[in-house]
Amino acid sequence: MRVLGIETSCDETGVAVYDTEQGLLAHTLYSQVDLHAQYGGVVPELASRDHVRKLIPLIKQVLAESETNKVDAVAYTAGPGLIGALLVGVSVGRSLAWTWQVPAIGVHHIEGHLLAPMLEEAAPNFPFLALLVSGGHTQLIEVAAWGKYKILGESLDDAAGEAFDKTAKLLGLGYPGGPALAELALRGNPNRFDFPRPMTQRPGLDFSFSGLKTHVLTTWNKQEQQDEQTRADIARAFEDAVIDTLVIKCRRAIKQTKLKTLVIAGGVAANKRLRSSFNEKLNINIYYPRPIFCTDNGAMIAYAGALRLLNNQSEALAFKAYARWSMFD
Amino acid sequence: MQIISSAEEMENFGGRLARACNSGCIFYLNGDLGVGKTTLTRGFLRALGYTGKVKSPTYTLVEDYSVAERMIYHFDLYRLGDPEELEYIGIRDYLDEEAICLIEWSEKGKPFIPKADVEVQISYDGEARLLELRACSEIGEKIL
Repeated sequence: MRVLGIETSCDETGVAVYDTEQGLLAHTLYSQVDLHAQYGGVVPELASRDHVRKLIPLIKQVLAESETNKVDAVAYTAGPGLIGALLVGVSVGRSLAWTWQVPAIGVHHIEGHLLAPMLEEAAPNFPFLALLVSGGHTQLIEVAAWGKYKILGESLDDAAGEAFDKTAKLLGLGYPGGPALAELALRGNPNRFDFPRPMTQRPGLDFSFSGLKTHVLTTWNKQEQQDEQTRADIARAFEDAVIDTLVIKCRRAIKQTKLKTLVIAGGVAANKRLRSSFNEKLNINIYYPRPIFCTDNGAMIAYAGALRLLNNQSEALAFKAYARWSMFD
Repeated sequence: MQIISSAEEMENFGGRLARACNSGCIFYLNGDLGVGKTTLTRGFLRALGYTGKVKSPTYTLVEDYSVAERMIYHFDLYRLGDPEELEYIGIRDYLDEEAICLIEWSEKGKPFIPKADVEVQISYDGEARLLELRACSEIGEKIL
């Protein structure tokens, strides 16, 4: 069975076709395609959230690439996210499903991320522990089976990726500068500064990264020499603190749940030092999506939709998008 | 001008603002990264009886809360490239007369965001923070 997946919950417009027999057949993301010509030059800033103009060309593209004439269902992100952005994907997805007379499937954005590693050849088996780390989320989730999710802990303030981006901004690396910060940290001295590991001293699996950002600012302002090396050393200390905190919490969650498999997904999961640190410090099977499926994408939505289709879950004709949506109610 | 010396005091101040606010109202929260805008908002929501998590809306641009039959919207416009993007995210759907809006980085949203009733300026003073408040409407004057 073949499923078209549509993701428009935030900035990225992602579309993909997944086949339950043949796997992922095509996927595309707005930022990867050259739509410049259509705009007559540079893409205007506001196009970053303008899914309306991008979605149909992208759908045509993946259908052509995968040589798909007919799909068996249309899956789309129904929430959570920005309501205006969500409604574009929801209404286009539902309309296509209605036109083609196939089931329409609303997918939870977070479920998409959790299942993203299953698109890889070496896919994890249920049950597993999942760490979702992105610009918008930092959550530890127990995944007992498909559709059985339990949140174990989450960030009380800034998400890990957000802390990366904001710290980069404080250090003058522009915004969003998470990847630039990680790059800079490679040249930093790990022994010059020692930053706190927030909330690791008390029990529980929640996170807090907001204070770390303020700690960076105070440290930076105290330096007499605000040179490139100091910047790199602070970046390194910051990154070490974030990664270490994530490792400590995951170790705690593994102990608590006795799970043998860990999945790390979300934009921050693309961070190379995070991957090597986890692989080195945790004696457990760890699965990551390939870097392009760490961030928002259509493939994870097509896949999650395919699983829902196999489990006979689709929706009635009326539709709704959810700006806030708990996966655990 | 007020001096705030801890995160706890910042939450308490947010709580005082919330208790003074008995109609729809637009707050602008201005100040640099890490200065405590989300902390103030957390105190504001706690005082109205919200017990869940209050996260920074930087990535989502807006977080909405429904407390005691009132809608409270916490905006962070930091990531906007162009104020017109607010139209694309459907800002008009969020605004009605009864709603309370706390808007961070409001200058990035002008002229697509409503005028403030109260402007709160937060600035660094070493480890402490300085608060400046300005009423910009009748509603704002009543609150302050």
